[in-house]
Amino acid sequence: MDVSVADKEFSDEYILDDIERKIIYATQAGLPLVTRPYDAIAEQLGIPMKEVVSRLRTMLQRGVIRRIAAVPNHYVLGYKGNGMTVWDVPDEKITELGQQVGKLDFVSHCYHRPRILPDWPYNLFAMVHAHNREDAMLLVMQIAALLGDNDHGHDVLFSQRILKKTGVRL
Amino acid sequence: MHRVNTITEVNGQLNTQQHGLQKLTELEKHLLNDFQHNLPFVSRPFKQIAKQLGSSEAIVIDTLNKLKEQGFVSRVGVVFRANSIGASTLAAMAVPVSELENVAAMISSYSEVNHNYEREHHFNLWFVVTARDEEMLNSVLYDIESRSGHPVMSLPMLEDYHIDLGFDLGVGFERGQESGV
Repeated sequence: MDVSVADKEFSDEYILDDIERKIIYATQAGLPLVTRPYDAIAEQLGIPMKEVVSRLRTMLQRGVIRRIAAVPNHYVLGYKGNGMTVWDVPDEKITELGQQVGKLDFVSHCYHRPRILPDWPYNLFAMVHAHNREDAMLLVMQIAALLGDNDHGHDVLFSQRILKKTGVRL
Repeated sequence: MHRVNTITEVNGQLNTQQHGLQKLTELEKHLLNDFQHNLPFVSRPFKQIAKQLGSSEAIVIDTLNKLKEQGFVSRVGVVFRANSIGASTLAAMAVPVSELENVAAMISSYSEVNHNYEREHHFNLWFVVTARDEEMLNSVLYDIESRSGHPVMSLPMLEDYHIDLGFDLGVGFERGQESGV
């Protein structure tokens, strides 16, 4: 039952049906930590275990589910230099540059987002994680070096407080 | 509103756990490190993990429970791709310090808001809104604007260049297969 997650197949148009919604709702806060977690979910939802597994597999293959994994809490693990770095790079090069930045092993998320001028000139977002802010700034310098002349300006927004963090609700 | 974590002082109380990582056992480190990318997708995943780590299913389950209780693991489960379910956006606001607590609490009270961070910047509140559809999403943003009296800047994801939230805990970390997209 090994599943290779093919992100390339990710489709924007994937429409969830009711069963998939229920499965998401039942699993997003975590799988039950029991010997047979998928049986437990099936029982909870009143549907066969095979159905739960095949729906999960489909959602994995379609990229709706990124992965099924143990998600560490990086704050508790001692990562306190968590910065949202934002960059103003040329639009025509953003895909190439974004992929390069996204490959860096200290970058956890890397997105293209719109500029909102004049308030917000940045179109590339990359989250960096380090044990402290000084180390995080070294990572920012590495990204700046990688971008070179394509870095038309950047900023780092450190998190001061987590005010809310929950799973997605539908 | 449920499953809301207690307000966490990133620079405050968590410092007491600074050495938490060093205190972990080898088994705990491997559980945290080796399964961030993929849990075996089999009917008894913890049994297979135990086999891989030379432990027992019961010990693996116990240890994961313990790691969850201590907060090292936020959950063992399904990670959804942003924007794959419903409509979502990253929103930012510049709120005067005197209003920050009230506005932040008001924003957090929406079930559609799943992340809300205070950041050190002119735009000092950053939150993720996820709703069933675009219309619902816009109505939440509009609602927050009118209740707070401050504009909301909406920055929806246009393209995702990276995939993974992986941390090398120094026990033979391998990047997951998803990272090379």
